[in-house]
Amino acid sequence: MLGLNKKDATLLGVVAVLVIFAPFILNPFPQDSAMAQFNAGYPDLMQRFVIFGIFAIGFNILFGLTGYLSFGHAAFLGVGSYSAVWMFKLLSMNVIPAILLAMVVSGLFALLIGFISLRRTGIYFSILTLAFAEMSFRLAYSVLTPITNGETGLQLTLEDPRILGQTATETGGIPVTSLFGMEMRETATMYFGGWSFQFNNGYYMCGVILLLAFYISIRIFRSPFGMMLRAVKSNQQRMNYTGLNTRPYTLAAFVISGMYAGLAGGLMASMDPLAGAERMQWTASGEVVLMTILGGAGTLIGPVLGAGFIKYFENIFSKINESVLHSWFHALPDGLENALIWIAEHFVGSGWHLTLGLLFMLVVTFLPGGLVEGGQRIGRLFSRKKQADKKTATQSTPAE
Amino acid sequence: MTNKLTRRGLLKTGAVGGAGLALPTIFTSGANAFTNEPTGGTVTLGFNVPQSGPYADEGADELRAYMLAVEHLNGEGDGGMLNTFSSKVLEGNGILGKKVEYVTGDTQTKSDAARASAKSMIEKDGAVMITGGSSSGVAVAVQSLCQEAGVIFMAGLTHSNDTTGKDKKANGFRHFFNAYMSGAALAPVLAKTYGTDRKAYHLTADYTWGWTQEESIMAATEALGWETVQAVKTPLSATDFSSYITPVLQTDADVLILNHYGGNMVNSLTNAVQFGLREKVVNGKNFEIVVPLFSRLMARGAGENVKGILGSTNWHWSLQDEGSQAFVKSFGTKYGFPPSQAAHTCYVQTLLYADAVARAGSFNPCAVGEALEGFEFDGMGNGPTLYRAEDHQCFKDVLVVRGKENPTSEFDLLEVVEVTPVGQVTYAPDHPMFAGGALGSCNPGA
Repeated sequence: MLGLNKKDATLLGVVAVLVIFAPFILNPFPQDSAMAQFNAGYPDLMQRFVIFGIFAIGFNILFGLTGYLSFGHAAFLGVGSYSAVWMFKLLSMNVIPAILLAMVVSGLFALLIGFISLRRTGIYFSILTLAFAEMSFRLAYSVLTPITNGETGLQLTLEDPRILGQTATETGGIPVTSLFGMEMRETATMYFGGWSFQFNNGYYMCGVILLLAFYISIRIFRSPFGMMLRAVKSNQQRMNYTGLNTRPYTLAAFVISGMYAGLAGGLMASMDPLAGAERMQWTASGEVVLMTILGGAGTLIGPVLGAGFIKYFENIFSKINESVLHSWFHALPDGLENALIWIAEHFVGSGWHLTLGLLFMLVVTFLPGGLVEGGQRIGRLFSRKKQADKKTATQSTPAE
Repeated sequence: MTNKLTRRGLLKTGAVGGAGLALPTIFTSGANAFTNEPTGGTVTLGFNVPQSGPYADEGADELRAYMLAVEHLNGEGDGGMLNTFSSKVLEGNGILGKKVEYVTGDTQTKSDAARASAKSMIEKDGAVMITGGSSSGVAVAVQSLCQEAGVIFMAGLTHSNDTTGKDKKANGFRHFFNAYMSGAALAPVLAKTYGTDRKAYHLTADYTWGWTQEESIMAATEALGWETVQAVKTPLSATDFSSYITPVLQTDADVLILNHYGGNMVNSLTNAVQFGLREKVVNGKNFEIVVPLFSRLMARGAGENVKGILGSTNWHWSLQDEGSQAFVKSFGTKYGFPPSQAAHTCYVQTLLYADAVARAGSFNPCAVGEALEGFEFDGMGNGPTLYRAEDHQCFKDVLVVRGKENPTSEFDLLEVVEVTPVGQVTYAPDHPMFAGGALGSCNPGA
């Protein structure tokens, strides 16, 4: 179907089902149960899952296929966000032109940076991209303040022209982002017993784009172009010796992956019309590397899983505070309770980085193929006989 | 393997998909009057403070104050300022009879993270009011989010003119003073202490607060006859300021104005003292350092270095009025040390919100906003205070403080030099430093 083999079509189908039913899957606990803390099915976080999924899919086209480790991908995300917000300020609140401009601008930006950075490989390439990203961050943070509004972040105001839309609504507010009149922030809530499930327009739009992005990524993975990129990863020197110029291929991969990042940035701005410079900081670039490696670099679904995993930790674990811990452990004797809380509070709340770091170490040490490898190992436990012919392209070795 | 799209298959998928899309609308509940209308026996407030980054100390103290405020609203503890507050509608049975619960989040002193955290409070936890923020950049970003989402934002520690100036919003309210007020209060004291013939060098945190702080203090000092030699912007995330201090020595400036706050100020002041600036004599005058926005937490961080340094502050625990003493007592009893100005403003904001809800008889942001606009109150530690309707800014006395030469304890670090009366720091709502924004109309969401 759609030019995919059965296996890939199934994978796309699984992702589609996950995206459509995410509001149910992510809200497994009733609203007023103690476990509701771990529910992740609210619009903002679901949007983040999907948007960072797109970001990581794009990053994986570069890193997973060619092995080029870019440490500056957040720059494209930031450029995409700024372009989109400017579109909201100048043109209209429709998300389509904003997203298109975000992709075009980040693509051009990637062309420029890729053209320079791809002259080097390995660690030198990583450092070059890191340098460019930090430069972009510093520029956005301070020098380009008239365009980026510095640390405060670029925001919409009541004075923006919005030549095709309205400057302000009848009630005197700033208009909201929409897709031809369908408001992105609109959420329908479904109540079912103790559960409530939220269906958000913006989330479903991002979801459709994720499926498109995922589909394109599968096609790239399975195309002759993808094969060429894999060849670059396995031995670029040999390719060059056979008289083949690899630069156009790597540059194309770099630009495509930059446009994916720009698309993610544009979507972020469409869901929440604000662009901050810290989106371009090296920590943000490092985050997408973590997502891809954690999920499984070079696999199709891995980056999406990794993105979901990290965003879940960032948003759910960071909100567990001392009083929540007290309510969990209050049945225990006082001394024990306080001791447990003292230990636990270093791993939740503002200490969520510590938990994530530990998990990352465990995954990299014991599952070098990321979460995807974990899933495959579990799968193999249940179907031992198929073990021999399981080695497929979705399971390629991670790049070092 | 081919997998054809059949007509039957398409129809099936279409039917299932259509039913799936129609389903939510069937179950959608009756429209709420406003975002997160509390329907049960509890009401949830969102406390969004920095738990990491340069303002983490302030954030921690803010959180303590919020928890204390919740206790007092729910009728636990000694009631604190509820006993001294001029409005008496709060009875210690929660807000409108609903028990107050809260959720917390980490802003990381970053606009993006702060908005994400505030959004999850609104969308997931059903918070009807968001408060906090220890950085004006964050406060401005979260304020506009609350405006869009249709909840009230009670700003915590935010000192930029923009929060109630060009970025003001109908759903946002600020109790804390601002950069203009600091300049207006500090300038006369500076003139009296250091004379009117001075050359100033500014180091400024590079974000909305720093910019407006620099603009305000520059305007106020230049009006005295001071000359501005140079103004240099430093990144908010900087931790070492030596490379910014050395150029100061090359100029003929005799005053260094540090438009820094929190960890930034602690580091820049320490660097400046290490470079021997305070022992320097330029143009026949002693070199002086001024910190326009001062706090006890910063004074503690900078230690010995703050002695004799002038600055302004919103509130100080050594104030002797009834309200301040009641607050210091209940904060001290619970945590074992006196509260900071950040804690004070956050505590007061929470009570003011609860009081406005009680007076309005509704959690609806528009009703609450109306109750707060033009509200005059007393007994909250700053003397008679007005919540001005035009820009949602509180007007009250401002304190000019100095680092104490002989502190008697680790908390007794600042002495109040002058209480600048409210009249001297009041400005017109259309003052040029605050122009360019509009409140818009209140947004109840839903």
